[in-house]
Amino acid sequence: MSSQAHASKHDEPAAVSDGHESKAPGCATPSPNAVPQGSRRLDFAEFLRGVLARHAANVAISLAALLVGLVFWHVATHTKLNVYINFENVPPPLRVGEAFMVHLADPEFYIHIAVSMRRILTGYLLATALGVITGVLMARSRVARAFVYPYIEILRPIPAVAWIPLAILMWPSEESSIVYITFLGALFPIVLNTLHGVEQTPEVLVRAAKSLGASRLQIFWHVILPAALPSIAAGLAIGMGVSWFSLLAGEIISGQYGIGYFTWNAYSLINYPDIVVGMLVIGGLGTLSTYAVKLAMQPFLAWQRRAR
Amino acid sequence: MNTHVVSLREHARDRRSGTRNAGRGQIEIRNVSIHFGRGHDAHPAVMETTLDIAPGEFVCLLGPSGCGKSTLLNSMAGYVKPSSGTVLVDGEAVSGPGPDRGMVFQQYSLFPWKTIRDNIGFGPKLAGRGYAETDSVANTFLEMIGLTKFADKYPAELSGGMQQRVGIARALANYPSVLLMDEPFGALDAQTRLMMQESLLATWSAFSTTVVFVTHDVDEAVFLADRVLIMSAGPGAIIADLRVPLDRPRAADMATTPQFMQLKKQCLDLIRAESLKAFEQQNR
Repeated sequence: MSSQAHASKHDEPAAVSDGHESKAPGCATPSPNAVPQGSRRLDFAEFLRGVLARHAANVAISLAALLVGLVFWHVATHTKLNVYINFENVPPPLRVGEAFMVHLADPEFYIHIAVSMRRILTGYLLATALGVITGVLMARSRVARAFVYPYIEILRPIPAVAWIPLAILMWPSEESSIVYITFLGALFPIVLNTLHGVEQTPEVLVRAAKSLGASRLQIFWHVILPAALPSIAAGLAIGMGVSWFSLLAGEIISGQYGIGYFTWNAYSLINYPDIVVGMLVIGGLGTLSTYAVKLAMQPFLAWQRRAR
Repeated sequence: MNTHVVSLREHARDRRSGTRNAGRGQIEIRNVSIHFGRGHDAHPAVMETTLDIAPGEFVCLLGPSGCGKSTLLNSMAGYVKPSSGTVLVDGEAVSGPGPDRGMVFQQYSLFPWKTIRDNIGFGPKLAGRGYAETDSVANTFLEMIGLTKFADKYPAELSGGMQQRVGIARALANYPSVLLMDEPFGALDAQTRLMMQESLLATWSAFSTTVVFVTHDVDEAVFLADRVLIMSAGPGAIIADLRVPLDRPRAADMATTPQFMQLKKQCLDLIRAESLKAFEQQNR
């Protein structure tokens, strides 16, 4: 029973902006005996089993869907399907798989991945630090907000690709211009979500903290930051996705390494299976790193999942 | 439960004797007016109010919604600055919120990301008490409100009544001289509310803190208070100051005694007259 509640919460982490909304208006009758104390480990096993049971059907459906896609891909390339979209030059899945296996044994492939990861990590961490600080400042100071907002509004819609020429001109090296573009992609969602989260801090909690003797800094640390955390976590997850998006744009046009470069280079060399290998690796890494961000945030949001 | 109350009483006394005299918690409100908005939108919420509350007194501010009773309370808490006049607590002008005046809100004021223990221990922790002392204060209060079993739960896992017990314990953990309560039981169901009222009185008798309790519930005001102050609507002003002639400790069955009924009727008549006046003003 309780594992079900956990599981359903688990499906929507971080998207909830305000923990209070999930509270029933004081009518839930807690059962002190339902969850004996000191059984968190047991809870977790139960929780995992619940998740698996609940998700088994979904996983089966998802796998079947992927299989359908693969079969279609195979058939379409095999028959050189050409109905407006042309499959003639699309590499079939089996050849992509072969190419992927070959690359797995090639050290250079890992260099491409490592370089991309390093760029992501640098740009993303910078964006996280600057984004959270900027978001908090904007939410807490009218002047800061009025000052920064126009920049955000103007710069945010500019796609990463459009930055490339100027970034190359501005930054001393190709590497730094790529990291810059990555950073920029992650920055805006993080800033906006932080701003939103801080603004949503219930005033009553700030008042409560004041009357308990909290200083401004203590209010920030104990009230505003935790209240904004679900929203910040959502921003961090979105930012990670966008930062991959931007990185690829940067790597395709400049750079000598990186998985984006690998993909574009494969096109230049008319090595079509590698294009798809590159794309799939990008997709996989993007998903994995977004998942890693969510996982890293989970301990800080435990209070949210415990709410029934 | 009783033994806890006794030990708490000693605890509270120990605290107090060391620092200041026993007569802490005196509130003096002098010609306080509070206006909201500016220019054309300006409207008075509280008008020229003067009021004295003695140390250890339990006072209820009673009135229809929008009469400014919460605003007056907030001026004692320090959340609202009077437009004119002064609010003194123990002779000092209130200039902002502080741990000497504990505040209990209507609902959802616990920190959802802190466990029950950490919510209660937050005040002592902010006051710079060590980990051990914070923990021991938290445990004392957890026992007092009977929620030791829930110490490591988060607020959302508790019922509304339990959450309010924690809210009161959290405010008291600072051993404030004044406890300000803004319709703390307003969101609870009738049964829970009665129990909360009784347990509040038991707690209060142990702490002998001054309590200012805002409510629009006549029964609640009469049952709890030493004095019931009735406020009129727009602009807010105290129109009656009634002493409650009931003995202490109060028991639930006092609600059917003639004294109770008589005072209740008096309150209701006053409030009804005020409401009618407000209603007529609106329709003119």
